[in-house]
Amino acid sequence: MNVSPAERSNNARAKRAAAPSGQSNAGSTTSILEEEAVKSGPDLRAAAARRERLLRIILPVVILTAAILGWEAMVRIKEIPHYILPAPSLILETLVKDWAVLSVSLVKTLEITFAALAVAVAGGVGLAVLFTQSKWIEISFFPFAVILQVTPIIAIAPLILIYVDTIPVALLICAWIVAFFPILSNTTLGLNSADHNLRNLFQLYGATRWQTLRYLRLPAAMPYFLGGLKIAGGLALIGAIVAEFAAGSAGRGAGLAYRILESGYRLNIPRMFAALLLISVTGILIFLTFSLLSHLMLRKWHESAIKREN
Amino acid sequence: MANSMTGPDAEQGSGASTVVSLRHVSKRFSNGTLALQDMSLDIEKGDFVSLLGPSGCGKSTALRIIAGLGDTTEGQVHWPDGKPERGDIGFVFQEPTLMPWANVYDNVWLPRRLDGESRAAVTEEVTETLEMVGLGGFAKSYPRELSGGMKMRVSIARALVTKPKILLMDEPFAALDEITRFKLNDDLLHLWEAHHWTVVFVTHSVFESVYLSNRIVVMAARPGRVAEQLGNNAPHPRGEGFRTSEEYAHLCRTASEALHSALYQPEMPEDEIA
Repeated sequence: MNVSPAERSNNARAKRAAAPSGQSNAGSTTSILEEEAVKSGPDLRAAAARRERLLRIILPVVILTAAILGWEAMVRIKEIPHYILPAPSLILETLVKDWAVLSVSLVKTLEITFAALAVAVAGGVGLAVLFTQSKWIEISFFPFAVILQVTPIIAIAPLILIYVDTIPVALLICAWIVAFFPILSNTTLGLNSADHNLRNLFQLYGATRWQTLRYLRLPAAMPYFLGGLKIAGGLALIGAIVAEFAAGSAGRGAGLAYRILESGYRLNIPRMFAALLLISVTGILIFLTFSLLSHLMLRKWHESAIKREN
Repeated sequence: MANSMTGPDAEQGSGASTVVSLRHVSKRFSNGTLALQDMSLDIEKGDFVSLLGPSGCGKSTALRIIAGLGDTTEGQVHWPDGKPERGDIGFVFQEPTLMPWANVYDNVWLPRRLDGESRAAVTEEVTETLEMVGLGGFAKSYPRELSGGMKMRVSIARALVTKPKILLMDEPFAALDEITRFKLNDDLLHLWEAHHWTVVFVTHSVFESVYLSNRIVVMAARPGRVAEQLGNNAPHPRGEGFRTSEEYAHLCRTASEALHSALYQPEMPEDEIA
């Protein structure tokens, strides 16, 4: 068999589209005018694409900076006292000054968040695999997962804190409850979405359950799982913070939420804001990390990670 | 020339060279649809059999039953040389059905991988098969980087890598453009001429069935059943010359007429089987 020219040219086109668009410029002897004239469609298009990429970064940064400067200006001009609304500069100053206290809390909160996420991943994926092995298991246990999901964590947290003696474990359970469901439901959906013909093919070659899971269902579920992980990462942080709030002063010396509560009692508003800033930044970093992870794992094959030109 | 098209008896020859035979096979789906009714068919070693018919005539169902992907409601599938083992059957679906997360090499490796062979152990087989289908340089490509025709070639390579006793193809080229389809038809035919595999090829194209096969099983719909069997003794190798020959045109006309009369055969009462 030989690949026909038509097939080949299709492929070549695909390859060309995938290749980096930057083309080498004309030789140094040509004048700039000539170069301009020589510039063909693709070059102009590449320039437009570059401009768009730059704007995508510059625009949000400019707007955000303007907002912060406006805040700063307003506080200074109107002479708003710092116990009502601290200026961004003061928040940053507090962040640096109180770093010793705040960093310890940050580490505590991160510990709870990631421990809860790890347990949620293990439990969510494990249970999803179990669900797909038998529909009776799924029918029996899925309601529990839904009940855990729909009951607001802030309402269960006080109960958990009563039943569980060790505070960190109680916090972990709270964070786990919110992080677990997106992973379970997404992974279950993913495991069931493997192509039907491919399943037939595995059956034809006498694949064992384990082989079908390992080589077909798990890879097919990967995009769904990673989508769930992105949601669960943020939710684990929220769960950890909410639980810390519910623990209140019982969580003495604990995470960032406790710092916020404590600063509130002492009317140390700049420190409240500093802790809040840390929580936001942490949430953003978690999201970006999982987005990057997802992109790296899927870029070779999944539609969501492939750039296409029309 | 007319006698190159004969109607062999469907019940004949459960001889030593029969690879598989369907005996009075009926299939009713759980929703009550009678997909196949009393189908009997012998596939001889080295046969290139086309199942030709309109959509809904059960030709894909018949293929899946041969593959063991569905049970019969009545009748048996008989394998004279014993039940097929893992890798004895190659199956090509209408879609390429490749794993998008795996590259071409890994997709072709899959059947051998399910046998427990490591990636390195099958390098020779996989490379050889890929070269056979004209994809020697594409082992590392991912399915999304390939055109429809090339994906189909990967799918065929995957079906061939186990050196199956019988190759089952379910309208493999139906979704391709005509130029690519002709090219793949040619290539498939040349491979068959070289290796003399046993092939069962499902199609709704008269031209494709006449070009490729040495036996055409014309099927009728509702319920799916064999309407007529036509032999096609046009000599090999067939090529562009055959496609434009008078013999080809004549064979196509005969097959078309058979298909046409199958289309307008009165629908059979279902209670015979129910």
